[in-house]
Amino acid sequence: MKRGMEEAGINGIINGDSVKRGNTQIIIVTYSVVIVFMCMIGYLVHFMVNDSSEVINNPYNKRRNILAERIVRGSIYSSDGKVLARTVTDGDGNEKREYPYNDIFCHVTGRTANSMTGVELSQCYPLLTSHSNPLKQLANTFRGEKNKGDDVYTTLDAGLQQVAYNALGNHKGAVVALEPSTGKILAMVSKPGYNPNTVGSDWDSLIEDKDSQSALVNRATQGLYPPGSTFKVLTAIEYILENPSSYKKYSYKCEGSDSFEGNVINCYAGQKHGSLDLGHSLADSCNSSFANIGMSLDINSFRKLCNKFMFNKKLPVKFEYNQSKFLLDKKSGTAEIMQTAIGQGKTTITPLQNAMIAATIANGGEMMVPYVTDHTENDAGQIVKSYGPVSNGNIIDKDVADIIGKFMMSVVEDGTASSLSSLPYKVAGKTGSAEFDSEGTSHAWFIGYAPAKKPRIAVSIIVEGAGTGSQYAVPVAKEMFKDYLGG
Amino acid sequence: MDKKEAVKKLMDIFGDMDIIGVLHTILVAASKYIIIILFAIYTWHCFTVFLGNNTDRKEKVYKRQKHIMYCIHFICSLVLYLNSLDIKIIIYYLIQLVFFIFVDKTYSYVYKGLSKTLLNNMLMLMATGFIMLGRLGKGYAARQMAFAAAICFISLFIPYLIEKFAYFDRFGFIYAVIGIILLALVFVIGEEKYGAKNWIIIGKFALQPSEFVKIIYVFFAAALLAKSTSFKNVIKVSIFAAIHVLILVAEKDLGAALIFYITYIVILFVASRNAIYLGAGFAAGTVASVVAYNLFTHVQTRVTAWSDPWSYIDTAGYQVAHSLFAIGTGGWFGMGLGEGMPGVIPVAESDFIFSAICEELGFFFGICIILVEISCFIMFINISLKMQRRFYKLAALGLSIEYIFQVFLTIGGVTKFIPSTGVTLPLVSYGGSSVISTVILFSIIQGMYVLNGDKEELHEKRDGRSRD
Repeated sequence: MKRGMEEAGINGIINGDSVKRGNTQIIIVTYSVVIVFMCMIGYLVHFMVNDSSEVINNPYNKRRNILAERIVRGSIYSSDGKVLARTVTDGDGNEKREYPYNDIFCHVTGRTANSMTGVELSQCYPLLTSHSNPLKQLANTFRGEKNKGDDVYTTLDAGLQQVAYNALGNHKGAVVALEPSTGKILAMVSKPGYNPNTVGSDWDSLIEDKDSQSALVNRATQGLYPPGSTFKVLTAIEYILENPSSYKKYSYKCEGSDSFEGNVINCYAGQKHGSLDLGHSLADSCNSSFANIGMSLDINSFRKLCNKFMFNKKLPVKFEYNQSKFLLDKKSGTAEIMQTAIGQGKTTITPLQNAMIAATIANGGEMMVPYVTDHTENDAGQIVKSYGPVSNGNIIDKDVADIIGKFMMSVVEDGTASSLSSLPYKVAGKTGSAEFDSEGTSHAWFIGYAPAKKPRIAVSIIVEGAGTGSQYAVPVAKEMFKDYLGG
Repeated sequence: MDKKEAVKKLMDIFGDMDIIGVLHTILVAASKYIIIILFAIYTWHCFTVFLGNNTDRKEKVYKRQKHIMYCIHFICSLVLYLNSLDIKIIIYYLIQLVFFIFVDKTYSYVYKGLSKTLLNNMLMLMATGFIMLGRLGKGYAARQMAFAAAICFISLFIPYLIEKFAYFDRFGFIYAVIGIILLALVFVIGEEKYGAKNWIIIGKFALQPSEFVKIIYVFFAAALLAKSTSFKNVIKVSIFAAIHVLILVAEKDLGAALIFYITYIVILFVASRNAIYLGAGFAAGTVASVVAYNLFTHVQTRVTAWSDPWSYIDTAGYQVAHSLFAIGTGGWFGMGLGEGMPGVIPVAESDFIFSAICEELGFFFGICIILVEISCFIMFINISLKMQRRFYKLAALGLSIEYIFQVFLTIGGVTKFIPSTGVTLPLVSYGGSSVISTVILFSIIQGMYVLNGDKEELHEKRDGRSRD
């Protein structure tokens, strides 16, 4: 010990050591370390306050059963306060999830039994998290009672949803209605549906699917269909973009059919449309004219436009969906280019995607991300979290959107959707009859929005295998516009 | 036995009284709040103990901290027992209790005038580790206890060694050579675990040489830089330090490589008192990181997992995503001990134990852990500041930096603050090498403190200045 001390002393003298030498540097280092840790704690608190609810609401998080043991799952409401899903507890403490609308909302609201879907899935953790008064929660915990999970308010309009559901009748098909300025999903119907109240006992037959109903599939977001003539909207946009000054001078004389490099294209029912400009080509949905337009387009640029409209892309949405596909490229042959330009060919689209196209045009070229959860509330009615509109960027310029909007108005005024012209406001739209087999049966399509001047609703409707868009899809749109906008 | 069965069995024993079930619920529900409040008080004292010079008051605070530690340990053990009715939990509890009392008494005796807060913190962190490892099961707790007990016993000789070998600073390059050989050994007889080839398996034991080299590495840098910080010497020492780091990089042990690197830069900065070295060190480190990123796929994987774990949730992002699920779902107060699913967090017993703690004991508990670790660091630094001999000053500093930087890497890594590097949370995580090297680290610093204190007492007796 003594030697050590002496040694230290001698060293001290020789090296000129003092206790304090280097201490300034040590203190600098210490402060830096403390600052870094404070940053980390700040980050962690930020994570807990702002991000954690979003993060834990992930299908990979396996803790929902634990939470369900201590929280009564919250309810799901429509935007007008109607209950879409709720949990009821009987006298013995058994819980049951109830869906008062049976199959009307089944795909969009989803289910909890037999693998979660829809809002039940996307808002699973918020529904299983309680933000009620902490003291109340504490008292409940001590009493061994469950706390009440937060309620989810959706953007869905219960009335509109029912109208769309009824209007589709017994057909298979799907309807999507969006609010163009926000991306709120106002209605989302897919037929046939299933009854989420009895999905547990119906499960085996639903899975077996003897008569190929695919009732579990949400056709609105997962069904991939040929877009048919509704796609001419994008073809026309691309033509305008490539010919910004001369598109007005476009003219084509329709003889009912045309051929390009030996590939023949026919107009619907062999109809001769006569002399057409771009607007009338769209209004009359002239296949020959659009094949002609398609042949003039720069395929790469066309593909880029479609990609901007979110074809071949992941959508920033919180529910299950399929990607719409636009497959044309430089190697594609004439026949494929012609077919693609009129919405046939290999292009496939979901009703949701088509609704987004209509809504983007309605919103002056800015695409809003579709969303179905508006906000969550605790049991005292205080808002816990709001989900505002999110822009997906400007897809096309406003003037281009306005031009195409005018064309779509003429579709309603004197084109294939003229039955909508009786409404007391202007409607813009495009019909489609998408052929999907060799026998020429077609899906009836309609996309559009209203009022055309100040759009409040954009719709996308497909009626599977029914026939023409004018006959089967347009009436559905009319019912919906009437319900939502009056008239 | 799982929780439900345990509750049922309790009810069977006490007849059909629902009261037992209710009591159980209340205990489990109340315990998590009580534990957090107790730990918050404990943590508060870690920082306030330095205020004022009243020795009696300090003694009281140390005692209170110790009592809180025993309380938390008891409550947690009780909850664990009630959840499982496993007699092993009681045995573990008693062994741990004896261990804590033994360490507390013998250390106070052997390390005369040691920093009691540091001792408390060491035991508190170990207790947290024991509880969580006991909760995770699989015999982690028993093995951890064995390692801890062995090394705490051995560490009783450390003050003696420090006193005996006053020439610790004469072996500069010898430390380096031993360190490099030990590190390089894994290339010859090493095994790969969790993607890094930094383990040596001897019989039943898996050793991580870098954990031990860590300590003599600091001796090497401190000893040589205490002698001279002439440019020539700095270059020479830096080359040896770089060899250490490069070997670790080659073993894919990124966490250790970073710890060694940062520690060296800081020692160099303090020894030379030249900020240019610090700047140059960080610049070189940045360049090296960029090069490593472009060169090694495993580095890229870690960075991708950090920047966007959600898109790679099935592969690279799996660990971080599950760690965040645990912390987020646990919330501010945790799910309660035994109520969460820490089992689904990958390597929850080791690198990701912080997430498991947050999930069950709560975010606030996790924050207290971080604060306790910071208070350890500040006490280490305090000791370093008071050291008279340059070698001791630099060694204490180096060990402090190694310790706190490791804490930063592990907690930052599991919370997605920084890319995860796969290092343990000292004293809490399961791992023989880790717990052994950390206890040695704590003991050496305590030993230096005691040694310096002896001198200080001689020099400054007349001032009547109190220590700690």
